[in-house]
Amino acid sequence: MSDSENGTYINYLQHKGKYGGILSWLLSTDHKKIGLMYLYAVIVFFFVAAILGLLMRIELIAPGQTIMGPQTYNGMFTIHGIIMIFIIVIPALPAIFGNFFLPILIGARDVAFPRLNLFSFYLYITGAVLGVLSQFAGNGPPDTGWTFYVPYSAQSSTNVIFALTAAFILGFSSILTGLNFIVTIHRLRAPGMTWFKMPLFPWALYATAWIQVLATPIIGITLLMVIAERVLNIGFFDPSLGGDPVLFQHLFWIYSHPAVYIMILPAMGIVTEIFPTFSQKPVFGYGAIVFSSIAIAFIGSFVWGHHMFTSGMSYWARWFFSFATFVVAVPSAIKVFNWLSTMYGGSIDLKPPLLFAISFIFLFMIGGFSGLTLGSLATNIQVHATSFVVAHFHYIIFGGMGFAFFAGIHYWFPKMFGKMYNIKVANIAWGLIFGGFNVFYFPQFIIGIQGMPRRYFDYLPQFTTGEVISSIGSFILVAGLFLMLFNLIRASRTGAVAPSNPWKGVTLEWQIPSPPPHENFDTIPEIKTKPYFFGNNIKQE
Amino acid sequence: MSEIQSNKELLDKETGKMGMWIFLFTEMFLFGGLFLVYAVFRTKYSADFHTAASELNTFIGTLNTVFLLTSSMTVAMSLTAIQKNSPKLAFFLVFATLLLAALFMVNKYIEWSHKFEFGIFPGSPVLKNMGRGELLFFGLYYMMTGLHALHVLVGMVLLSVNLVKIKLGRVNPRHYLLLENSALYWHLVDLIWIFLFPLLYLIT
Amino acid sequence: MKNEETHISSYSSHAIVLIILLILTTISVFVTGYHLGALSVAAALIIASIKVRTVISYFMHIRFESLFMKLMVTAVFVIFGLIIIITFIDYLLR
Repeated sequence: MSDSENGTYINYLQHKGKYGGILSWLLSTDHKKIGLMYLYAVIVFFFVAAILGLLMRIELIAPGQTIMGPQTYNGMFTIHGIIMIFIIVIPALPAIFGNFFLPILIGARDVAFPRLNLFSFYLYITGAVLGVLSQFAGNGPPDTGWTFYVPYSAQSSTNVIFALTAAFILGFSSILTGLNFIVTIHRLRAPGMTWFKMPLFPWALYATAWIQVLATPIIGITLLMVIAERVLNIGFFDPSLGGDPVLFQHLFWIYSHPAVYIMILPAMGIVTEIFPTFSQKPVFGYGAIVFSSIAIAFIGSFVWGHHMFTSGMSYWARWFFSFATFVVAVPSAIKVFNWLSTMYGGSIDLKPPLLFAISFIFLFMIGGFSGLTLGSLATNIQVHATSFVVAHFHYIIFGGMGFAFFAGIHYWFPKMFGKMYNIKVANIAWGLIFGGFNVFYFPQFIIGIQGMPRRYFDYLPQFTTGEVISSIGSFILVAGLFLMLFNLIRASRTGAVAPSNPWKGVTLEWQIPSPPPHENFDTIPEIKTKPYFFGNNIKQE
Repeated sequence: MSEIQSNKELLDKETGKMGMWIFLFTEMFLFGGLFLVYAVFRTKYSADFHTAASELNTFIGTLNTVFLLTSSMTVAMSLTAIQKNSPKLAFFLVFATLLLAALFMVNKYIEWSHKFEFGIFPGSPVLKNMGRGELLFFGLYYMMTGLHALHVLVGMVLLSVNLVKIKLGRVNPRHYLLLENSALYWHLVDLIWIFLFPLLYLIT
Repeated sequence: MKNEETHISSYSSHAIVLIILLILTTISVFVTGYHLGALSVAAALIIASIKVRTVISYFMHIRFESLFMKLMVTAVFVIFGLIIIITFIDYLLR
């Protein structure tokens, strides 16, 4: 760390490449700048989708029409889902933290294909813009739900094709990012970094990347089939032409279930980096975490039918998918055990990253347990297509991936920007977010079991209390999100200068200056120790 | 201590080739979705599929198979040629590949326009009057061969770029990753057809 | 990394592979000419699989590539096969 603390080195934000001004960002192939561009895009789209969600909560605060009619409401939950799933939750962690930190964590100067990386970003922006455009042009916002089920998606007069095309392009972006990461991890690890000396976030990204690469094309072709259905009457999913709507569901979920592992595996990878740092202790069960990541990716590719238990599948299909769904829960449980064991006996420093990481475990587990209710054939019939499902996936995705995102941004913020945020405000924001989240989503479990359907803009009076509490929670949550955003933006402008290793981490990103130099390392390091080596007097894994 | 100064040094042929192989996997799964649909409907409507498939001209299909298989050989040989420092031969072989590809496309055009003449195309009244399985067979026929033809066109563009670069000496015995990756892509186009051919033309 | 030796396939090996592929194609056209029902289907698909395997091993050079590449190609086909089989647990047993 020659010039870092003196500030006499040039960091990646100051680096002058071939282009100046805004072009130095828009045409940059630096993985760190690309990661930041994704971050800014994701923040904008997240708040757009969150506001849409808030509008839905206002509608649901009372029975009957409150601020919008059914058609508008259907359009709202559709675009809320499309943005959240395809523009935020699937891309964000690999595209932001994967892009920024994967090369650094494995001791490389960039990803294997930097220009392809930039191309991925532009595909992402194109798809995202197209998705937003679907709201405005032509025949009105799509009202099919983000799941585009046939026959309605083939018949709806709204701008479905816009949305399908947007999802296709976004999928292509995801595929190329996954491709890039697989090759990067195979070919660009620093000398001495064998596979099992690689930190666990790269391992998570590796498992994720395979899902991105293999599963995404299937939804790609499926979306094309729906377009063919609309434009050419091709008949695959149309019963009057001999087709089968359930076949669409199979094809759709063959991707969309593994997609949730694209969402959660990097999230688990991030918290796996945070626990050892804030316990000042190596990760417990490194091998088990590697193995469970691969197991989740593999087994999770064969459970898709649990979204279709009531669709008319054969008895044996329902049996198989339910059984596999229970099996895939096991590796996740292994990880939870390892995270807790990592903290056990450690020197705990409850800074915001750890706070978010611990609440990640809590919320993810609630989501996970509710997944068992959904995965069990008999109980599924009661809760399918109710608010129970809505609560389940928000606990898993928002409580899981979302909180891991917040944990990651609070963990790596000082490294990315060289500034430190206000810890106290971060903690207050955490409180509002965590509290608001539970007040928002927990009642949804209850009214869901009681029969409140999902995707309904109106409801029977008996659900009012639950919906009111839920809507209040949503406002608290969003307030917390804005406070968190404000805290971080303020810090990026006028925050205190952060040292290169504020959390006493031992992985490679903490051995380089904050913010990192353009090429990450003066010389590529040679790796001699295990990835979570906290010194000779600490018991090693 | 390593002396690696930039990414470029680590970016050898193997890295580029691995990237292309992974891309090929994505293409396999893209077509895979269509194969899954085919499998489901073939099982459901085996008699109709049988009838519909006999509408296809097995001779043209076989001819196209021969074209593509041969083109795979010529492009594979072009790689050998460039590796053995015979750029003129490499150029000729890539050109031959392109020629065979063009013949394939001409055949496809003839096939499709012939079908159109008979009113057999997605959404047509003729199709609506056929058995459901036949309708689906032709839907699959058009979508699978159409998507495949699109990939043939992309492959032809890649091969043309290689022609230019061989001529300019930019693809040469020391730097032939572009040709190698384009050849891999071309082989994928061939692989897909190897499965399409029996599924569409031979299962009668 | 720069010193990885490259195996160069010979022209004749490529030509032999093409001849094998053409023979297999001829066989599959003839076999399906006879109405052996499901057996014809199976034969055509098996022959197609052999052709695919041949193209991948020789034209695409997998025979001479690393174990990782061989594993990946195999895994891709296995995973795809599993997806089809599992989908048919629904369709065949309804």
